[in-house]
Amino acid sequence: MALDMVMEPDYMRDPRKHHFSPYMENGGTSIAIAGDDFVMIASDTRLTRGFNILSREQEKVLPLTANTMMASSGCWADVLTLSKVLKDRITMYSHEHNETMPTTAVAQMLSTMLYWRRFFPYYVSNILAGLDEQGKGVVYHYDPVGHMEQLAFSATGASVAQIQPLLDNQAGALNMKDTTPPKITRDLARQLIHDAFISAAERDINTGDGVIVHTITKEGKTEETIKLRRD
Amino acid sequence: MSSIGTGYDLSASQFSPDGRVFQVEYAQKAVENSGTALGLRCKDGIVFAVEKIITSKLYERGANKRIFSIDTHAGVASAGLLADARAVVDVGRAEAANYRAEYGRPIPCKFLAERISSYHHAYTLYSAVRPFGCAIMIGVYDEDGPQMYLIDPSGMCHGYWGCAIGKAKQNAKTEIEKLKLKDMTCRELVKESAKIIYLVHDEVKDKMFEMELSWVCEESGGRHQFVPDALYKEAERHAKAALEEDSSDEDEEM
Amino acid sequence: MTDTRQLCVMMAGASLSGMFTPNLWSGGPAPGQLYNFPASKTQHDSKTHTMYPSTSGTSVVGLVYDGGVMLAADTLGSYGSLARFRNINRVFKVTNKAVLACSGDIADYQFIREVIEQKVRDDEIHGYTPELNAGALHCWLTRVLYNRRSKFDPLWLESVVAGYKGDKPFLGFVDKIGTAFEAKEVATGFGVHLAIPMIREAREKGNLTKDTARKLLVDCLKVLYYRDCRAHFKYQLADITPEGITIHDDLDLKQDTSWEVANFIRGYD
Repeated sequence: MALDMVMEPDYMRDPRKHHFSPYMENGGTSIAIAGDDFVMIASDTRLTRGFNILSREQEKVLPLTANTMMASSGCWADVLTLSKVLKDRITMYSHEHNETMPTTAVAQMLSTMLYWRRFFPYYVSNILAGLDEQGKGVVYHYDPVGHMEQLAFSATGASVAQIQPLLDNQAGALNMKDTTPPKITRDLARQLIHDAFISAAERDINTGDGVIVHTITKEGKTEETIKLRRD
Repeated sequence: MSSIGTGYDLSASQFSPDGRVFQVEYAQKAVENSGTALGLRCKDGIVFAVEKIITSKLYERGANKRIFSIDTHAGVASAGLLADARAVVDVGRAEAANYRAEYGRPIPCKFLAERISSYHHAYTLYSAVRPFGCAIMIGVYDEDGPQMYLIDPSGMCHGYWGCAIGKAKQNAKTEIEKLKLKDMTCRELVKESAKIIYLVHDEVKDKMFEMELSWVCEESGGRHQFVPDALYKEAERHAKAALEEDSSDEDEEM
Repeated sequence: MTDTRQLCVMMAGASLSGMFTPNLWSGGPAPGQLYNFPASKTQHDSKTHTMYPSTSGTSVVGLVYDGGVMLAADTLGSYGSLARFRNINRVFKVTNKAVLACSGDIADYQFIREVIEQKVRDDEIHGYTPELNAGALHCWLTRVLYNRRSKFDPLWLESVVAGYKGDKPFLGFVDKIGTAFEAKEVATGFGVHLAIPMIREAREKGNLTKDTARKLLVDCLKVLYYRDCRAHFKYQLADITPEGITIHDDLDLKQDTSWEVANFIRGYD
């Protein structure tokens, strides 16, 4: 039971035969960028099935705690289930410990929960963003079966191949000679997210309609909506 | 009871030498200690009325109901231990749901009554269990018209036009016998049953009570429901007025 | 259960008999287990699951308009390419606040309908007052369908839930694997390709009143009837407003359609 059952394009199958697959690719792209005292996490709002747009206004960034958010995309049924269970576990934690679950703990728990389904995975790409115990912005990136990595910035989902190289170059100063990484300010992060999504929407049909950018600081959360092309 | 302490009352699985099962009789006693409940059947439906005795002012109004729905078309009024009645009602609900799942139609009253009475009876046979300390009246209004059955702790089950259980059952039955049930409608019976409840209530022994009124009839669309607020208030007014009249009659006689 | 591996061990391992307890006789009943005939399938493999739909219904179309939600589906139950049952209702009033309509396997729809009906009855007889609303029903359906797909025993359905969630109109979609979302316009089957663009276009031109919404929905069904081989002219339509739910049964598209163009088709005679 592996990812080979995920998706075979409609036109490759015998049109007269029905076939059951527990997975479906529903698109969705997310980006997160961490700063010294903030973190930004954004996702597009398009939900797709094949060449159909199921919804133009499906948020994919989910609030978990006061200073943690998760962007999740892939098989939308799995996203719904994973986020429900995750939120419940976070609520149980707060009841047991009488305090909000720290971002670092949520990050580890998410990895564990994904790995528990190692042999029937949640088909989801996740980024977790939040403030750590010191108030510093942190970004965690996951694969569907629970591999976890802490990063300064990350992209995931449908347009990852378009966006990640851009971020590597512009935020990480990678793949260039004689440059130093820039200081990640809120303006820079916002601009990068904006440009990355506009570019992705130009090239990838699975990304579009709109972006919601969330900023988490110790003052709280804010959000901004950016329009994307709808074709 | 003279036979108390003769040793034949410790188990539901043992008869006394004169052929009685004391545990069952004690269960019936529990029913007789309870506030009165009555069920009336007329040409177009069933009406239940319950005198729910309130033992503390601090209780919330409307809590611990003694009238239940088994299915949309079937209602139950209980007397005796409320917790026992609830357990029995749960079994009834499962029976009704099963019947629907199996046959795709509402459970007939006779069938429901027989299933519940068998369940009651099973709890009179073993030493490891005690009989249910409750009696219930089941009322249904369906394509066969109105039907009502009474089940007591022994598992006895009879169909009735009118019946009463609880501490004032004798008085209540006498009052019910005065009614021409077969010619009356539920709307009239709601008022009559309210009157009987107020009449048989013993103000000296039990100060406070709350009346519950429900019906399943033509007018309720074949659904078992508590009677609408307006009708409840009207019935209550009618009952209180009738009571006033009675007492003023007595005053005149004196 | 005796398998060949154990037999090999027995035959090869007379000297290992101290380590392996030999069977009393091969193929015989192990204590506490059922006798297993050689080369017969064990009972455990005999369970099968739905892996394709049988009698099925085609598109459902729903939309939110100013002042309510509307939803429609035709009444055909297809058996493969055979128009097997022409009068199957698959729009169903759950409570005064929720309507469910399904495409896909009709048997699975009828099963889930019975479960929901009992659920609503249970709510009623237990006196639970907040009536099951569309939002709650939608959420519940996602869990049921997702759990069944996780057992590899799916309910082969694409369902549309319409109604109210609090005082807000609600329109949602759930499919057989648990994919779920809310939207202003929702469709299943061919409706996703044909009806959704029509509704989105109409919405961009201006607000949808009750009348325009109904006309639009009938237009969608008409297009579906023309182009979807598994669609039918008889249909049901549900209109949900804060005042309540009306389900119109036995509606007919036939008088609004024209097959005149069929006369111009050449090359098949």
